Parts: sequence; structure tokens; C-alpha cells
Amino acid sequence: MKTSLRSLAAAATLSVSAIALSALTMAGTAQAGATFDGVKQKGYVQCGVNLGLYGFSAPDDKGHWAGLDVDMCRAVAAAMFGDSEKVKYTPLSAQQRLPALQSGEIDLLARNTTRTLTRDTANGLNFGPTNYYDGQGFMVSAKLGLKSAKQLNGATVCVLPGTTTEQNVSDYFRANKMNFKPVVIEKNEELNKAFFAGRCDALTSDASQLAAIRAAEAQNPNDYVILPELISKEPLSPAVRQGDEEWTNLVTWAFYVMVQAEEKGLTSENVDNALTSPDPDVKRLLGVTAGNGKALNVDEKWAYNIVKQVGNYGESYERNVGAGSKLKMARGQNALYTDGGLMYAPPLK
Amino acid sequence: MSKDTRTDSTTTSAGATPAGAIPTGPVQPVTWAASYEEEPSQASVPPQPGGMTALKPFGWAKDNLFNTPLNTALTVACLAVLWYAVPPMANWLLLNAVWTGGSEICREAAGACWSIIAVKHRLIFFGTYPYDEQWRPFLACGLFVALLGASGVRAFWRPWLAGVWALVLVAMGVLMWGGVFGLTYVANDKWGGLPITLMLSVFSIAIAFPLSILLALGRQSSLPAIRTFCVGFIETMRGVPLVSVLFMASVMFPLFLPEGVTVDKLLRALAGMTLFTAAYLAEAVRGGLQAIPKGQYEAADALGLSYWQKTRLIVLPQALRIVIPPIVNQFISAFKDTSLVTIVGLYDLLTAATVATTDPEWRPFFAEVYIFAGLMFWIFCFSMSRYSQWLERLANRYNRR
Repeated sequence: MKTSLRSLAAAATLSVSAIALSALTMAGTAQAGATFDGVKQKGYVQCGVNLGLYGFSAPDDKGHWAGLDVDMCRAVAAAMFGDSEKVKYTPLSAQQRLPALQSGEIDLLARNTTRTLTRDTANGLNFGPTNYYDGQGFMVSAKLGLKSAKQLNGATVCVLPGTTTEQNVSDYFRANKMNFKPVVIEKNEELNKAFFAGRCDALTSDASQLAAIRAAEAQNPNDYVILPELISKEPLSPAVRQGDEEWTNLVTWAFYVMVQAEEKGLTSENVDNALTSPDPDVKRLLGVTAGNGKALNVDEKWAYNIVKQVGNYGESYERNVGAGSKLKMARGQNALYTDGGLMYAPPLK
Repeated sequence: MSKDTRTDSTTTSAGATPAGAIPTGPVQPVTWAASYEEEPSQASVPPQPGGMTALKPFGWAKDNLFNTPLNTALTVACLAVLWYAVPPMANWLLLNAVWTGGSEICREAAGACWSIIAVKHRLIFFGTYPYDEQWRPFLACGLFVALLGASGVRAFWRPWLAGVWALVLVAMGVLMWGGVFGLTYVANDKWGGLPITLMLSVFSIAIAFPLSILLALGRQSSLPAIRTFCVGFIETMRGVPLVSVLFMASVMFPLFLPEGVTVDKLLRALAGMTLFTAAYLAEAVRGGLQAIPKGQYEAADALGLSYWQKTRLIVLPQALRIVIPPIVNQFISAFKDTSLVTIVGLYDLLTAATVATTDPEWRPFFAEVYIFAGLMFWIFCFSMSRYSQWLERLANRYNRR
């Protein structure tokens, strides 16, 4: 489903970008600091999010926005205002998201958007660090005891026809000199049913999508595992308008704070105790040793506020898409680099 | 209903019965004077005394359902379809349905899972409105619907109704936004669900209707500039789908504004819907204007009435009466069209319902949520349709005299 959404988005982006580009030439020349100052003056961050994608951004049963992308918005608000609640959410459809950012309707786009070269350049966006590494993966029955996608030689694979998904699978198997038998089914629901009925050994789609399918449709979600290999790159990243480096910096480093906090073992619970830590890195991070805040033109407590109110990246991950959520996704590529993942924060000094 | 059928149904004796009318025994005293308030089909079915009519259904069935081989075959086929469709549907909808409890119970059950509505109804009705304050949109919607209902009652068609409307609109604004009387302020980016659907549809219809009359009059105007403008506007709007109008309003329009200047998203969608509805309504109204005999215009001119007097006193009252059905048709369609705002990221009832189904725990039960949302839309549309039928009879009463 995500794939079709993406192609829809691509089609819409094409049609819109023609006119958008002409407007962009104006938007691109915006004064440095315009967004940063504008946000500060407004007193809240206008954040573009998904209308409803569980785990990334969706209102819960009580109408509160929650998710990994929502936490990105909250982290920026915590850094800017010391209050993670100073966010206004603009739910956006896939077609709207880029124009909404370009036109200045939103300050920050955190809507499971894949970072690509075209978007980074021609569309006039700047991307922050990737807050979720997604990609096409395989789900198999736990009974098979598989540990890697490399063991899938000769497997039957359930796949949607005519999508890049199908192309990626055949490329992957060919590259690894393996064979597979595709079971091609037109409709998503029937494809999933076929997999859970045992008609194929593996189901392939984006890993986040597989987790959602597993949570929603498996009789017992624990009977299925998502293999660690991802065969395509979907780095989902927050985006801002080009032309305001001050704002781009804040968004970028707000995310790195969450990663760095996890690496240093700081959580929303223990961060108060950590204020007395002798570790110079922690002292700098939490603003005990001043400097970082001044460089970003925000309060020295900015990083402390992020960790205190939003939590570190691991906390946010587990709460929204990991073990503490209904999706139960393993960290995989989203683990810290120390655990074999891709999450790595440059030094905050 | 013409005079002929009335005489028919009151004087026909038992035996050869016209479809829809089953008179029996002595002629029933019927008070026709009040009949405009009832359905024609109901009005012509007097209450049946029991006893001697016991065999009547068989006779009726024989005459109407089994009178030719083709009809017999069709009847049998229909019964077979019903036999196969109705019991499983009833089982799924009601008998095997789960009404309370968690999603685990639903996964076990064979029937519909209505407990998803129990869990998610606040999200569906009010979207992201703060949970503890949701009595406010509830009350606002209640007020709004009650007032809409009251406005349809003839006894309330008095000048003070306008005052009541103003009061209720202010009250609604206070309830929804808050910020006064100790109510916390809720910005309209948090509004969602039923209030959005109701407000978008009612306001777009209410603004579009007078606009459409002006457009229809303008299209018939003898002034070339006005006529060209009206024709251009109407044909442009009718030439594009509503989705593209909403896209222009929500996606393109802000790109043309200077950076930092934004018009509220809700307002933009409302404007788009209003203009679109106005163009279609204008064509319906034009149909009414053209149906007025030329003599009426000439007579008004002969009396020395000015253009606006003529329009207000002679033309519009007659024209609008003729076009009640197409106008209400447009109203209903406008109401349903509000669900398209999902593509511009507004949280209307249908969007909120869709979002409720994205929760992996409840995702298998999306059909129930959509049935529920469909039922909500049906209630509003059906009420509008019934009301228009009543309005039509009321209006046509004058014609019959």
C-alpha cells in the first residue's frame, strides 16, 4: 500500500512541481533565519505530519498525536521553547506535503518522507538526519527457523505485481545467485491472506509495512519474524525549506541529541540525576557546560528539555514502533552504531 | 398527486386494485385537506380492518408477482437472492456480532466487530479535539443540528429565527474555540470529525445558495460584462472536478501568497467548496428562471416594477419553487462531497474514521467503521431528502389552488 501511495505522491509531485518551481525561485531566496525567527515569534512549530500512519504519526484513541515523526516535531519544540507541546500539527496527504513546506504553510515536515537527491535539490528542500531507516524486507514464519534472507534460496515469495517491490526482489535474488518462485497477487489484502494461509514462504514489502501487517492480521504475531536484511533504501527523514540554515541546524541537532542521549544512557527518567555527571560529554550535552545552546541560538537547557520531555531515540523507538508498541519492530538498521545499526550522532561540542 | 387518482382510490371497491392502494369495505373517510403533509403512497392506504382481508396478500401476490411466467421467474429469482443474502448478512451484522470487549474477542468471532466503534467513536466523531473537552464539539453539533431541524419547521419561520441563528453561531464559536468563560482555547487545527463535516457542508451550502441566485441572474443579465463574468465562472467551475478545486485552494493557492502569509486551511477548503457548489446551484436556479413564462416578466414590467422588485416579488418566488428538487439534490451532493477534503488533509468524519482503522490492533475491522460512517452520512442525506419532499408539497399547495 505504501508503494502505491508513493507512486501517487510521485505523480502528484510531478504535476505540482511545474508550477511550484516557479514559486520556489522566490521561496529559495528567503532571508537567512526567516523560518527560525518566524517560529520563535509565533511561539509554536507548525509541523506537517501524516494523516494517520500508526507508529509514525497518528492520533491515538484520545486524539493525541503520537509516533516517531511526531516525536521529531516535539523534540524541535522542546529545543526551541523548552516545551514539547508547543507544536501545531498539519495533517498532510502525500500529494500536499512538499508544496505545504515550500509555501511556508509548515515549518517542518516529518511525514515518513524518503530522502532522495531530487527532493534535496530540485524541490528546494533540506533534509535532516534520517529518523527511521526503512526498506523492503521479508517476513517469514518463525517455524522455518531462518536467520537471514540469504537462506531464502528456492522460496516462494508473495509479492504485489508491477511494483518496484517486485523488481527489487528479483534483483536481490539474482545478485545473490538464488532462485525464487513469485506468487503474484493483485490485491494487498488477498496477498496477506495468502501468506498467512501458508501459500508462500515469504512476504515482501517495506519493513514497517510488514510489521503493521503482522500486528493486524496474524493470528499470533509472534509466529512470524521479519528478516534483518533490507533490500531497498527508504531513509525517512524530516525536511525543512532551503534558505534558513539556522533552522536546519536546530532540526538536525535536535535529532542528534536523542541519538547521543541513548548512546550515553540518558533517559527521560534518569536525566535529572545525570545533571551532576562528571562525564564532560554529558555535561556539554545537558548544558551544564555552556556553549551548544549559544551556538544554536537557543536556551542552554535545550538538549536537557528534549531528553526530559521526549526521551532518547531508543525510548521513542520502543514506545512508537518497537517492543512497547503494537508493531513490535526490532531495531535492525535503526539500532545505534555501537549495536550494529546506522544511528550515529556526530560529537555535540 | 392529481385530482383523478384521489377519486380513484376513494371510490374503487375491493377487487381490481390499483397498485399501492388497497381499499376495503366501505369508503374510508379521508381528510384530504391535510394530505400534503403526508406521503402520497401512505395517504392512499387507509387502515385495513382485519378478518375478511386474510386472503388478500395471496390475491395481491398473484396479481402482481406471479401474473406472467416472466414475473414468476423474476420473483423466484429475487426470493432466492434474498434467501442467500439476508440470513448471512443478518448473522454477520447482528446475531454473531461482538458489541463490547477487546480486539481478541473480535478476532475469534464470526460476526461484525462493533466494539471497534465503542473504542474509537470519540476519535471518529471529534478527531484530534482534546479528549477532556470533547463535550464542547458534542454540544455544538447538537445545537447546530437542533437548530437546523427547527429551521425546517414552518411555525418557526419568523424574523426572530435569524436572531436565534446568530446567537447559536456565536455559541458554537465560543464552544469550539473557547478562550472565554473559563473554556480553554482550542485552535481550529485540532478540530475534526463530525463538526468539520457539518460546518463545511452547512456553511458552504448557506453561502453558495445566495451566491448561486446572483450568478443565475447575472447569467441572464443584459449587461455583457456581468453576463460574461457569470458564464465564465460557472463554466470554469463546472468544467473541473471538485478534487482539483480543493487542490488549487489547498496546495497551489498558498504558493502564490507571499511567504509567511497563510490563509487558514479550513477556510480555504470552505471557499473552494462554496464556489464549486454555487456554480452548480446557479445552473439549477437558471432552469427555474427559464421556466417562468415570459408573460410574468412582461406583466411585472407593465406594472412599472423595477428590476429588483420584479426579481424579488415575481420571478424568484416562482422560479425557486420549481427548482426545489434539483437544489436539494445539490445540497445532498455537497454534503457528501465534504468527504473529499481528506485529500487536503482536513479531518472530516470519513478521514477520522479511516484513521481509526490504521491502528494495527483493530485494522481487520475496517468494514465496520466504514459501515458506521456510511450510516452517519445516510442519516443526514436521507433527512434532507425527506425534508425536501415535504417542502415541495408545501410549495405546490399554492399551485393547486
